[in-house]
Amino acid sequence: MAQFLQVLLSGLATGSIYALAAVGFSLVWQAAQAVNFAQGEFVMLPAFLVLIGEHWLHWPLWAALLFGFALSILLLGLAFKRLIVQPFGPDGGLPLVIATMALSILLKEAVKTFYGAEAEPFPSLIPNGDFHIGGAVISVRDVLNLAAALAVVMLLTLFLDRTKTGRQMQAAAQNPGVAEILGIDVARMTLYAFLLNAALAAVASFLITPVYLAKFSNGESLGLVAFIAAIIGGFNRIRGALVGGLLIGVLDNLTATYVTLSYRAALPLVLLIAVILWRPQGLLGDAEARIV
Amino acid sequence: MRAHREAIAVAVVVAALIVAPLGQGNYIAYLLCSWLMLAIAAMGLNLTLGYAGRISLAQASFIGIGAYATSIVTLAHYPWVLGMAVGVVLCFLVGLLLGFPALRVRGHYLAFVTLAFNSLFFLVARNEDWLTGGTYGLSGMPRPRIGPVSTSGQLAFYYFTLAVALLAALVLRLIVRSPWGRAFKALRENEVRAESLGLDVRRLTLLAFAIGSAYGGLAGAIEAPLVQYIDPGSFDVVQSLSLLLMVVVGGLGEFWGPVLGSAVAVLLPEALRVTAAYYLMLYAIAVILLMTRCPGGLIGLARRIAARPARRRGAAVS
Amino acid sequence: MTGFMPMRRAAVVAIAGAIVAWHAPAQAQNNKTVLIPCVCELSGAGAVSGTNYRDGAHIAVNEINAAGGILGHKIVMRDYDTQTNPMVSRALVQKVVDAGAYVVMGTVYSGSTDVNMLVTEHAGVPQITGSEAPDITQKGDPYIFRTSSGSEKDIPALVDYFTQTLKVKKVAVEWVQNDFGKGGHDLFVQAIRKAGVQVVADVPSEQGQVDFSPDVAKIKHSGAQAVFVYVNEEEAARFLKEAKKQALTVPLVGDVTLTDQKVIELAGPAAEGAIAHVGLTVSAPVPSIQAFVAKFRKIYHHNTDHNGIKGYIGVYAIKYVTEMVGKFDRKAFAAKMHGLTLDANKYPGMLLTTSWDKTGELSRESFMTQVKGGKAVVIATIPAN
Repeated sequence: MAQFLQVLLSGLATGSIYALAAVGFSLVWQAAQAVNFAQGEFVMLPAFLVLIGEHWLHWPLWAALLFGFALSILLLGLAFKRLIVQPFGPDGGLPLVIATMALSILLKEAVKTFYGAEAEPFPSLIPNGDFHIGGAVISVRDVLNLAAALAVVMLLTLFLDRTKTGRQMQAAAQNPGVAEILGIDVARMTLYAFLLNAALAAVASFLITPVYLAKFSNGESLGLVAFIAAIIGGFNRIRGALVGGLLIGVLDNLTATYVTLSYRAALPLVLLIAVILWRPQGLLGDAEARIV
Repeated sequence: MRAHREAIAVAVVVAALIVAPLGQGNYIAYLLCSWLMLAIAAMGLNLTLGYAGRISLAQASFIGIGAYATSIVTLAHYPWVLGMAVGVVLCFLVGLLLGFPALRVRGHYLAFVTLAFNSLFFLVARNEDWLTGGTYGLSGMPRPRIGPVSTSGQLAFYYFTLAVALLAALVLRLIVRSPWGRAFKALRENEVRAESLGLDVRRLTLLAFAIGSAYGGLAGAIEAPLVQYIDPGSFDVVQSLSLLLMVVVGGLGEFWGPVLGSAVAVLLPEALRVTAAYYLMLYAIAVILLMTRCPGGLIGLARRIAARPARRRGAAVS
Repeated sequence: MTGFMPMRRAAVVAIAGAIVAWHAPAQAQNNKTVLIPCVCELSGAGAVSGTNYRDGAHIAVNEINAAGGILGHKIVMRDYDTQTNPMVSRALVQKVVDAGAYVVMGTVYSGSTDVNMLVTEHAGVPQITGSEAPDITQKGDPYIFRTSSGSEKDIPALVDYFTQTLKVKKVAVEWVQNDFGKGGHDLFVQAIRKAGVQVVADVPSEQGQVDFSPDVAKIKHSGAQAVFVYVNEEEAARFLKEAKKQALTVPLVGDVTLTDQKVIELAGPAAEGAIAHVGLTVSAPVPSIQAFVAKFRKIYHHNTDHNGIKGYIGVYAIKYVTEMVGKFDRKAFAAKMHGLTLDANKYPGMLLTTSWDKTGELSRESFMTQVKGGKAVVIATIPAN
């Protein structure tokens, strides 16, 4: 029982990180019809920007974090949209996918060449400490990660449903033509989605890197899990990404503990294929609607 | 006239390929072999994606199936031809199977299904030691004998690879020029219209996948005796992505696109050796620029440059 | 219509151009230099190990050249990045052999060495590898030589440690599913069962795995009295962190990586108490090794792991053996090195007295180390076997 509780809690904690990466991925997909194959690298990079602030510029941690966050939004939000997605026009299709794949190579190689190939420790923002629940241990960090993921999804849903800008973003994503006629600044709304994605990626990066360590190749597995979580949950629901992320985190751990270790990586893949074939809109998604 | 010129162009290229490794070291011959091997796999992917418009991120797993089949058969002292045939047929069948999801989903979703398939293939290849040798892989595959001639030397094996690649290109050429090829293109351009023209979309989609995958298998049958060592890591998703990059960089749906794209991928690191650690970054930036400026790839770019004077004249008139 | 021909011509020109581009003339070989290329994992999964190996080798090259080279020939060492890809490594080894390499340094990852050693064997070029997988020296290749003992040499020392020092009856094994992890796992499980110890949890993990909570939970509830941890550096750090979180209090014993400097840096306090058997460690209480480690830090501004030492002694071994032979003769070199012992007192570049048997396998004394106060310290010395 203690073991079950342990893997369940740990799975939720890991899943919340997947969810944060997946939410941003869904936002960009919906807003710009762009599948971002560099999403994993978007979560890898902000931690290194902080390390640059800390170790190269010798700033205090808070300044380095601020620097990393601001630069992430600039590079992964604004520059990504302007320089890579925008030139393709409204429907980038395959060339855009290829461009994001190349971007993922570029980000990995740049970090490796200019910062280093080795894994680096990353300062923890959260005090060390553990909760003991029925024989299982969950760290303060895990609890905060989970809370952060829930809060992000709640706030985003509120923002999209209750604010004028949020509703305009939805309209712009669902039908750019009609939105334009209604006087909505579609380009600006799309930009918001990109900036939000960059901010979420930076938050996810700061939350996980203390545990996962900063390494140029960290995005490879994370990016894949983010796609899978987003698709399983359903692209057109923000909370779909949350459910998808948590589901994968938990199922992953349960499989590894009780079913098979050597095929532990297979379950999310099988789940992905099954969902795409039998319920392509995802577990929580509607067949037609787009949320953003 | 055009066919005549094309024949000359092809003859020149073939002649260049025949003399290319002469007087060079084994390394050059080896590099050329890897290029031709990748070109075969990329040609197959180009059929599935470029002509029929169905994306596959699983081409590396088909190279893997071909390579494992060839290795297992030749390590059991059966001839290479048998191993190759087993691999190609197996890939054709598995490709047919993987084509079924393509009947249901398109684009990005299909990309993820095929990507997941490739990841699963990696896990199976790594875990099923009894068949694949697991993480240790398989090694020591003999190189084929053609009658009395052994291809164990690097140069001999190169000419063998060249012959296989030319044959593969010829067959693909025939397919593309046949009614099937035209039907594939119709499928890519407008599926509803293709259906209304009486084309069997279902069968064509499956066939596009199966033939494209079989080409992956053929490439694997070359890779096994070329490297004489295979392990699951050689056929992971990253390799599939890099094959996709080759096809698109060369020019999607262009017959010579994959050949050019794979040449760039294999030979560029060599040409850019002076830039050392920066070459992958330069490659990535070049790909991004190419995609944003000219989604038609290198061949599209060449076409555009060739067409430029005409356009200028047109612009001057207007 | 008009676009058709130029397009084809452009493709032809591009291909031809690409072919010409790398037909650059091979480096002219001055008869006062000797080519010793370093083919290593400078990127990809093996980048940390490969880079240290390369850096260590270059220190030795610079020292030897400053002192007049080998038999009056200056060493020319160029680096080749295998990207931790066996196929690329094979191509590069072929390339350096074609270019007339005297001896090849590298590769570190066994998966690559398995492939590229076929090339050096075929060409009769000695190869000094950093790989530790058992099969490397079991293929009868007369040209392969190690710079640290294979994991099969480490296993008996580890099994002794579990059975005689820790005196445990039940162990768990955490290992990574690559050739490094599988090699160590298979040998260890076989040997420890033979010693009458039960393996109560056998836990394979993925390379690059970030979440070790199910692994630790499984081990914790298996009743194991000690854990054998056989994973790469970053995974070792993540495992140690998770073990600390879940309060896994039994001894964690590994081979080489677990008390590695990088792991201690990454895992922080979670590395405290971890134990590892190391064939060659940067914390060995030997003045020659400490001097080398300090030298490395001074040159590269970061700490090396044992791979830096391997690269360094590899190049020195080439110098000493060649000078014993008295000429640059690859065949005589290989013959001389089989069964050779280089005494560290007489051959200071070896740092520790080192012997090679007739398969190229190496032996030297080894150490059990434990992390105490953020540093790996030696808790026992094991004689050469």
